[in-house]
Amino acid sequence: MSVFGGLTGFVLRRVLGAVATLFALSVIVYVVFYAAPGNVAQITCGPRCSPEQLHQVAQQLRLDDPLHVRYWHFLEGLVAGHDYSTGTSVEHCPAPCLGVSYQSGRQVMSIITAKLPVSLSLVAGAMVLWLVLGVGTGVLSAWRRGRTSERVLTALTLAGTATPVFVIGLVLMIVVCGEFQWLPFPQYVNLTDDPEQWAWNLLLPWLSLALIEAAAFARLTRASMLETLAEDHIRTFRAYGVGERSVVGRHALRGALAPVIALNANNVGSAVGGAVLTETLFGLPGIGQELVHAVNVVDLPVVVGMVLVVGFFVVIANTVADVLFAVADRRVVLA
Amino acid sequence: MSPVQTTGDARTNLVEVTDLSVEFGEVRAVDGLSFRLARGAALALVGESGSGKSTVASALLGLHHGTGARVRGSVLVAGTDVQRASGEELRRLRGAKAAMVFQDPLSSLDPYYAIGDQIAEVYRVHTRASRRAARARAVRVLERVGIPDAARRSRARPHEFSGGMRQRALIAMALACEPDLLIADEPTTALDVTVQAQILDLLHTLREETGMGLLLVTHDVGVAAESVDEVLVMRDGRAVEHGPVTAVLGAPSAAYTRELLGAVPRVDAPRETRKADSGQGEAVLEATGLRREFGRGRRTLTAVDGVSLTLRRGETLGVVGESGSGKTTLGRMLVGLLEPTAGEVRFEGRARRGVDPAVQMVFQDPVSSLNPRRSVGESVADPLRARGERDEGRIRRRVTELLERVGLEGAHYDRYPHEFSGGQRQRVGIARALAADPKVIVCDEPVSALDVTTQAQVVALLGELQRELGIALVFVAHDLAVVRQVSDRVAVMHRGRIVEEGPADEVYGAPRDPYTRQLLAAVPALDPEAAARRRAARREPATA
Repeated sequence: MSVFGGLTGFVLRRVLGAVATLFALSVIVYVVFYAAPGNVAQITCGPRCSPEQLHQVAQQLRLDDPLHVRYWHFLEGLVAGHDYSTGTSVEHCPAPCLGVSYQSGRQVMSIITAKLPVSLSLVAGAMVLWLVLGVGTGVLSAWRRGRTSERVLTALTLAGTATPVFVIGLVLMIVVCGEFQWLPFPQYVNLTDDPEQWAWNLLLPWLSLALIEAAAFARLTRASMLETLAEDHIRTFRAYGVGERSVVGRHALRGALAPVIALNANNVGSAVGGAVLTETLFGLPGIGQELVHAVNVVDLPVVVGMVLVVGFFVVIANTVADVLFAVADRRVVLA
Repeated sequence: MSPVQTTGDARTNLVEVTDLSVEFGEVRAVDGLSFRLARGAALALVGESGSGKSTVASALLGLHHGTGARVRGSVLVAGTDVQRASGEELRRLRGAKAAMVFQDPLSSLDPYYAIGDQIAEVYRVHTRASRRAARARAVRVLERVGIPDAARRSRARPHEFSGGMRQRALIAMALACEPDLLIADEPTTALDVTVQAQILDLLHTLREETGMGLLLVTHDVGVAAESVDEVLVMRDGRAVEHGPVTAVLGAPSAAYTRELLGAVPRVDAPRETRKADSGQGEAVLEATGLRREFGRGRRTLTAVDGVSLTLRRGETLGVVGESGSGKTTLGRMLVGLLEPTAGEVRFEGRARRGVDPAVQMVFQDPVSSLNPRRSVGESVADPLRARGERDEGRIRRRVTELLERVGLEGAHYDRYPHEFSGGQRQRVGIARALAADPKVIVCDEPVSALDVTTQAQVVALLGELQRELGIALVFVAHDLAVVRQVSDRVAVMHRGRIVEEGPADEVYGAPRDPYTRQLLAAVPALDPEAAARRRAARREPATA
């Protein structure tokens, strides 16, 4: 089918675009962190570095080489991995190699792979909740426009937008874990170790992250629904006796979803590295926490690696959203 | 449960509207309207914008329920008392007994679903048919309205259909449940004249075959003459005149009906000749081999494909064509808003690039071509300021003069576009074009958004300005009758080319090109008998 061929081409173009974006991101991040003024070896190594350590760092970062050569070396590591000396022995950093932390001496990739499952668990569960809560509330308040139920929902979502995550999270913890003791205080359990405990322990983090995000989704869905509900084709189906449930759920919602998908892509992507408050509050050892720590101690290889990984998820989420748009509405492919 | 009304009258009359009033807040859109429609009969509600005709159509299906509109009086449709019916009873009426065809076929279908699925959905709401049976029904009705290869095309989404095919699809949706009444709200207004003729013929045939009643809502007297037995002329929510179509259009008794009919431009009436030397003057604007492409590679679209024309001092050149013929692109190239891909425009003998203040433009949509956040005086003053005029007193004097010249008041300087009617806004657009003391004005569909009475006034204004100021006009429009009314010479465009050009009376009186002939044959006639004759003539080549 020719339409499908168009769709395949569209997906290919988008994936190529995503790769190009990631490449550009890696250049920018590398240049911003490593070409910044100041003694990079000193910043990387920390203030209490001995001259030998400084020398070693300078050698490993190849500070004597021009920037583009160093960047090329960094790319090489990403694609092929490379060996490096720790002073006493030679270690291999397999591809994709993001370098070595100067604070812990660990490979950046292994730090990330240890933290990533936590962040992904948090974001995936929270996303399901914020979509269900947010889109549901939005549809309901658009449909019940002007009635008391809509005013109550609007007030609730406004309150949700205005409340900081640590307030909701703290209140939830105090009520659920402290006062009524329905759940133990959350402690991260690996999904692969015990799926049930994983879910129970993540329930409160999911809820507190989702409640904040859901408010934004509810407001966006409501506005978008009101717009589609005013469109001519909605009038057509009402004039043909199609029931309200089908008009709202089948025809209006589908048209209203495009901006919701776009917002979701951005939020999912940035929450992977940006849910610091939730992670800190619930003691979840995720990417966000680690990133803040690395920035505080100026552990440049870790910062660069993590920013790239977070960027990777933002780009992937947006690419998936673009493809979803195109599948939902083939006119996108033509544009 | 309120009992369903099936009085004796309802069995003979399909629609009975008694003393219907509809108010939106302070505005009374419909004011004490009563009419009946017998089974199988066809009635047209004719009126200008704001006359309340569409509001009546919506009231027949109870579409005002829950919108905050106050509806009074009684509406009986196919045995259902619309005013008292429950939500469930209304749903059973809509689509099953009375189906509506809307004006804009693009926005009236859901862009996300296949056309066949949308029709099947409506069918399943009213019958207990299976998915498969409903889908088969959708294909059958699409075939019925003349969609070729209906089984395959039923899987297409609305954007893959042309305007005329979308309108056929909407009519197919209306036919799905074999309703007793078809309500068509401006069904052909968004369509080209040849497509309009096909849709009107289709409605006519369907009515003959199914015996359903037709309530046609239209602003176009010609469309009504083509399609119905009875006409009800509306103005300000009231019935001005009501009677058989031949009587109302042939010998109107109400003054307003006569005014309305008088304003309708006639495609068969030669324009009064004004100047003997028309077409003999020197050339002000010459275009040679104009070509414009959009897009690249395989997607290249050639909108204008080698057009040459000459505009002489003080004359009006009409450029007529259907949508997509390239007439607007041509107009924009003449003004210099678009650079041609090939060819050149010469103004007073000199090759020209970019815009020239002496060649001005009047745009189609007087709503969107004026900045809503600036007073109309400021908009008209723009060309003056662009020329370097800095003296506020002089600017104000000149703008006041211009506003008065186009029939507005100088005091309108500080008002904003939303305070004006469509016709007044178009006058502002003309004043803005005049501010630069142009030698040429290109008018792109200047009256297509206006009611016929307003249209006649704006056309008269353009003619007057031309006589007094000696401006040459290029009048780009899809409406053949309007073009004939204003033009000395006419160029007919089709697929980016000029297929025929010549003095207006020659092109209209003895068209040489088959496309011109086809266009002229499609224009609705004001005389119902002539309309019937021409319909028969249009049918012949189809059956032969």
